[in-house]
Amino acid sequence: MDPVKALQVRFPRGIGDILERSASRVYVGIDASIIKDIADFLFNNLGARLIIMSALETRAGMEVLYHFTFDRLGRIVTLRAVLPMPKPSIDSITPIIDGAEYTEREIMDLFGIEFVGHPNPTRFLLGDDWPEGVYPYRKEFHGQYPYRTEEETAAMRDEILGKGAK
Amino acid sequence: MKTTIPVGPYHPLIEEPELFRVVVEGERVVDIDWRTSYMHRGIEKIAESKTYDQVTFLVERICGICSTSHPIAFCNAVEDLAGIQIPDRAKYIRTIVAELERIHSHLLWLGLAGHYIGYHTVWMWSWRYRELVCDLFERISGNRQSYAMIKPGGVRQDIKPSEYRGIVAALDELEPKINMFIGAILDDPVILARLKGVGKMSREDAMQRCTVGPVARSAGVDIDIRRDFPYAAYNSVDWKVITQADGDVFSMAVVRLLECLEAVKIVRQCIDQIPEGELVTEIAEVPVGEGIGVEEAPRGECFHYIRSDGTNHPYRLKVRAPTFANLPSFRSRFIGERVADIMIILASIDPCYCCTNRVMRMDDGTSVRALDEKSLLELSWQRTRELDAHYVHRPRRLLEL
Repeated sequence: MDPVKALQVRFPRGIGDILERSASRVYVGIDASIIKDIADFLFNNLGARLIIMSALETRAGMEVLYHFTFDRLGRIVTLRAVLPMPKPSIDSITPIIDGAEYTEREIMDLFGIEFVGHPNPTRFLLGDDWPEGVYPYRKEFHGQYPYRTEEETAAMRDEILGKGAK
Repeated sequence: MKTTIPVGPYHPLIEEPELFRVVVEGERVVDIDWRTSYMHRGIEKIAESKTYDQVTFLVERICGICSTSHPIAFCNAVEDLAGIQIPDRAKYIRTIVAELERIHSHLLWLGLAGHYIGYHTVWMWSWRYRELVCDLFERISGNRQSYAMIKPGGVRQDIKPSEYRGIVAALDELEPKINMFIGAILDDPVILARLKGVGKMSREDAMQRCTVGPVARSAGVDIDIRRDFPYAAYNSVDWKVITQADGDVFSMAVVRLLECLEAVKIVRQCIDQIPEGELVTEIAEVPVGEGIGVEEAPRGECFHYIRSDGTNHPYRLKVRAPTFANLPSFRSRFIGERVADIMIILASIDPCYCCTNRVMRMDDGTSVRALDEKSLLELSWQRTRELDAHYVHRPRRLLEL
């Protein structure tokens, strides 16, 4: 059976709009509260592979995308959950799919989304001296290094190039 | 007693900084954790401020070895988003470039693997024949690496009919050499003893950890993006997906070597079949929406996701390089292995990161010992020499050839 049909039958509530862009690309809106059940169903019952998760910031809130693939069918099914700001949070799927461990930690660092129930929710990508609460991939972040003030940068420049250099 | 060995923050083998914390009990590894991004370049964030054409060059800089995989995956995503088909000639050119790259990437890995277990002949020879492919790229595109052949909607440069003969000549020279490697490596008892059964991963583990590419195929998971999500001209040529059952380092070497032969086969057919025609389908406008592009890089599936807001630059670009998916497999591979095998298992997935200095520290709470790259290599070579001693009188096939 088609995996999207199977999802609709198994989860009559919690599946939102389905966008079928082409034969091999489907986007399915889901209710964030049942992500664990859906991931379990796709991965363990239907034999999907998790390619990766990604996140992005929109006006509606923080979107988390779960890109699942059915290699045999040549079909990529992307689940989309929208999490309300300012404290986006969703259940971790790492207890179900080992391969999700690092991508969840990556999103945690870069977007500040909390994955409830992650076995090891520690910092993964950002440096240890990176301040808490600054998420570089959010739209509000414009590439400043928050751990170095302008005076410190100027002092560093003076030290390297000599005082007064432009 | 458990001891934690930090391997890094520079990778002891290849060229990019990251940190593995290997927990050992005596000689055996019991756990491993991974920390990365000491050189995070924020390419996804940079892409949000560049036009689609510029991003193609940007993503080409993600990896220096498989430098055409990311542009192809990115362009697949743009074409999926815009809903266009590229011209047939462009499809064939993309296939030729991607497959030639696969050959030189796999030969590069083979050389490194030879070096790490102390087989310098393998290293020198495979890198010598890799040069053929790099020279070929210089003739086709002007660059030995980062060819800039791909653009959204097609290809940036043509492969002229006058260049076909040079490509076929290089393949004619290369094919017997790949066969020689297959014969020499698969028959060598010491290589067999060093690689067979080392860093094993079961099929279930490979699937549970969502591995891709040669790493998954060596463990019997039959996935290949070129067949499952056909892009470029892969569904117009005859080739087969290589799989092995064991999931150890040896199987990975076999998969990569046989894939080189398949790549030669694919390029030959492409040269025969390539049609005349346009190189680019112009993309008039990028619509609002999203697109996904996948590509089988030499190291596995390369994934790009684009969200567009209708402007000339992406609202969000997500890139997943194959190594990111393959690194979690280390947890299955390392447990129960020897410290001397760390080198070759770390190298086995053909990880793609860059580094300069290599340091490893052993700390058991009372004494601190620093192991640099040399000591690590020495540990690995020592083990090969021990095994070698058992085979003193065997004929050294590689030297005879």
